[in-house]
Formats: sequence, C-alpha cells, structure tokens
Amino acid sequence: MVYIQSIVKGIRDFLAETGQLAFFAGRFFKEVLKPPYEFRELLRQCYQMGNRSLMLVLVTGFIIGLVLTLQSRPTLIEFGAESWMPNMVGISIVREIGPVITALICAGRIASGIGAELGSMRVTEQIDAMEVSGTNPFKYLVVTRVLATTLMLPLLVIFGDIIALYGSALIEFLKGGMSFQLYFNKVFDALSFGDFIPATTKSFFFGFVIGLVGCYKGYYCKKGTAGVGKAANTAVVMASLLVFFVDFMAVFISDIFYEL
Amino acid sequence: MEPKIKHSSPVVPPGGRKEMIRIRDLHKRFGDNHVLKGFSLTLHEGESLVVMGKSGSGKSVMIKCLVGLMEPDEGSVEVLGKEISTLGQSELDELRSDIGFLFQGSALYDSMTVRENLEFPMRRHAQKLGLGKDTLPFVLEALENVGLAHAIDLMPVELSGGMKRRVALARALILKPKLIFYDEPTSGLDPITSKEIIELMRSIQRKYGTSSLIITHDVDCARVISERILLLVEGINYAEGTYLELSGSSDPKIEAFFKK
Ligand SMILES: Nc1ncnc2c1ncn2[C@@H]1O[C@H](COP(=O)(O)OP(=O)(O)OP(=O)(O)O)[C@@H](O)[C@H]1O
Ligand SMILES: [Mg+2]
Repeated sequence: MVYIQSIVKGIRDFLAETGQLAFFAGRFFKEVLKPPYEFRELLRQCYQMGNRSLMLVLVTGFIIGLVLTLQSRPTLIEFGAESWMPNMVGISIVREIGPVITALICAGRIASGIGAELGSMRVTEQIDAMEVSGTNPFKYLVVTRVLATTLMLPLLVIFGDIIALYGSALIEFLKGGMSFQLYFNKVFDALSFGDFIPATTKSFFFGFVIGLVGCYKGYYCKKGTAGVGKAANTAVVMASLLVFFVDFMAVFISDIFYEL
Repeated sequence: MEPKIKHSSPVVPPGGRKEMIRIRDLHKRFGDNHVLKGFSLTLHEGESLVVMGKSGSGKSVMIKCLVGLMEPDEGSVEVLGKEISTLGQSELDELRSDIGFLFQGSALYDSMTVRENLEFPMRRHAQKLGLGKDTLPFVLEALENVGLAHAIDLMPVELSGGMKRRVALARALILKPKLIFYDEPTSGLDPITSKEIIELMRSIQRKYGTSSLIITHDVDCARVISERILLLVEGINYAEGTYLELSGSSDPKIEAFFKK
C-alpha cells in the first residue's frame, strides 16, 4: 500500500513539475519577443557556454571516434566489410552519437552551472535586487541563457562531430592504412543533406531544454545553500532525461518523413 | 491576545508631514504559517522609523510587500501615495526608481565589478538622472559617499563583509531615492563596522534628507538612528514610541527587546 502511494505521489509530482516547466517555457516565449533586448548579456552568455564546454566536447568526441572505430573493426573485418567503416561511423556519429553525447555533456556541465548560478542569485536576493532596480530578471537572466544554449549547442555538436570523425580516421589510418582524404571522401559520400537537417534541428531543441531546465531549477531555487546544490543536481537529471525524450521524438518524427 | 499598547504622546508628527508610506491591516500567509496578521505602519517625509521584531517575525516579508516583491494577501500598501497592488509593471518600475533598498545580505551581483553593480540600477533609469552615457561621475559620487572610491574595479568576492554592505548602500542610493529601506543594515557585522555603517546612514540622511525605514534587531542601531520605533510582535504592530519611551516600558514583551 505504502509502495503504491509513493508511486502515485511520484507521478503526481512529475506531472506538476512538467506543468510548471511548460508554464516557464511559455513565459520564455512571451518575454523573448518583447523589447528591450539584452544583446550584450546574450553575447556574454554565448561566449561563456562555448568556453565552458568546448574542450570537454572535443576530448570526448575524439575518444568516442577512436573507441567506436576500434570496437567495430573486428566485426566489419569478419564480414569483409572493412571499407564500409567511414560510412558506418559517419552516419552514426552525425545522426545520433554526436548530438546526443554533446547534449549530455552540456546537460552535465551547462544545466548544472546555470542551476547553481541562478540558484545562488535567488538565495542571496540578487534576483530580487535586479527586480527592484527596474531590470526584468527573467529577461536579463533566463531569456539570455536559454537563447545562448539554443544557439551554441548546434555549434558544439558540429565541432564534436568533426573531431570524432578525425579520431575514427586516425584509427583507420594507423590500422588499415586508409588515407585521411579517402576516409573523409567516403564519409561525405555516405551522408546526405537529409542527415544533417534532422541532426541540427534536434540539436537546437537539446540546447533549448538544457538552458530551460537549468534556468527553471535555479530561478525557483529553495532558500538555503542546500537548495542551490539541489537545484544544480536536479537540473542535470531533468535535462538529461529531457534530452533522451527529445531525441526519441526527433527520431520518431524524422522516421515518418523518411517513409514518405 | 493582549491589548495593543499605543504610546501616543510625541508620536504625532509635527505639522502634518506628508505620508511617504502607509500600510493598513496587512496580512500575509505562507500555507499554514500566518506571518503578518493585520500590520499597520505610517512613515512621514524625512522621518526615520525603525521596525524591530524577532527573527522570523515577518520583517523582511513586510518590506518586500512594500516594493512589490511579494503580494499581500489582504490589506493596503501605499507607497508615495500609490497603492502597490494596482500598479502595472512600468508604473511599478517607475515607483521603484524612487526607492533605495539595502538587502539583508547586501545582494551584490557577484559576476559584476563594483562599478557595474552601481551602474546596474541606471540601465533603466538613466533619463531620470538627466544624464546620457557617462555614468562614471554618478558612480564615483556614490562611492565617495561611502568612502570606497578606490574599490571601483574590484569584484564583490574581493570585498570584506563591511565593504560589501557599503557598496550595497552606495548602490541603493545611486538614483537619489526619496525613500530608503534598510533590511538589517548591521546584521553579520562586528560592532565597530556596525557603528561605521550606522554613521554612514546618518550622514546620508542629513545630506539627502531621505525618509528611511529601518528593520533591525540591533538595539544600538535603533537607539542612534530612530526617531520612532515600532515593535512587530506576533504579526501585528505591538507597540510604538521613541527609544526612551519603549526602553523604559515594563511590558515584558517590550522589555525583551531592550534587555542587554
Ligand atoms: N518565500 C517564502 N515562502 C515561504 N515562507 C516564507 C517565505 N519568505 C518568508 N517566509 C516565512 O515567513 C516568516 C518570516 O520571514 P522573514 O524573512 O520576514 O523573517 P524576518 O523577520 O525578516 O527574520 P530575520 O530577522 O531572520 O531576517 C518565516 O517563518 C519564513 O519561514
Ligand atoms: Mg529578514
């Protein structure tokens, strides 16, 4: 009985949270169009987002390219399909692995960072101070950050994709003697425009949910330092879950388009 | 409930001074926590009124209702002749430019330098000051008032608690407000620094003639700065009078505030 009650409570909390997040998103769309626009703060945020996660994305991308290639080589050799390596790696990285891994890294790095930053601003009354001094804190803090993650994530994905392909090409060069040029020619032969569009589109959505969740958790942070830690923590969990959800929806929708 | 005592002799302001703030029968609840239960207060032009109350008695809640950061459940809150709850966003911002607010924990923006902190309130209210782009003279004047002109390029983390409080005071005063609210101006400071802050508050009072509402439980602060003291006990204005009157009272609830 107790078990069922806690499940019911869990579901109810989840639905309430989803509703509040949707409301928060609605407020974002309402405020993003209204002047005055905070361009300077937007640029500063874009720079910070990129700066904070670029290195991590590059290193992870490179390693993923290496590992993916190393681990699939024996199987492909067994089937005599070694020369298909660039096609396989290219498609899986550009369509799926690149965007999702980059988004998860950013969920860990950026969503938690925003959650903690806005959370501590809430707790120390900095957000109240902004409001009192005539600047709309939602516009200044939330709108700029959500826009920044939405714009920057696709860029980070592109960098991550490229370096992952380099990692893969390096293994092919060392183990199979394939030249970098041949490798990349094969990759671009295998990829069509139809692979880039859904991948880039969903990257925008990944960026949007990451920024939105980070801001939501920070903006409504509970008082006390424990609240800040919790805001950062739950922001990562919620952002990662939403990344998978968005990914699922994106695959589902693009699948419908492929069948047409 | 005990009867409400009014020490009414010299409390009547001389010559019918203008009312800057008028709170009538303010109620505020958080769930089951009924914090304010019919609180009333009047602040006259040029006056400094101290509100004393135990920790958690709702002093900060009351002052937040005054600037529209919280909405009262019941009752009327008039500031400079305007009922707060009837104001739209732009009218509220307009009104707020006449109010300086010193937050309990200073609430400096920790991602900005001292100069940027002081410039922040001017973003929206530059025209009120009748000045264009060059804000430096205003920033310098405000910093000189608190004796910190040399700290203009420091970050808040580089300042001591007392310096932070002074910068926050400078920021609250930068728009030359008609009214200033201090939320525990001396909390968390050592006695010597507290004295310095109190002296600063007095000199600012003399220089600009602002009306001030001071929240504190520091008896020394109340003695030095108050013309009138109002005690907030159990959600209502329990007693009111000058420092001498109240500190001489034999009511145990009043005595508790002034016992050393
Ligand atoms: N946003 C809020 N949500 C729920 N409860 C709140 C909120 N803000 C204040 N309270 C409650 O209201 C009561 C009064 O809080 P308030 O901060 O006004 O106290 P205070 O008189 O300023 O005390 P202190 O001297 O410690 O600053 C407390 O019991 C607090 O828990
Ligand atoms: Mg308080």
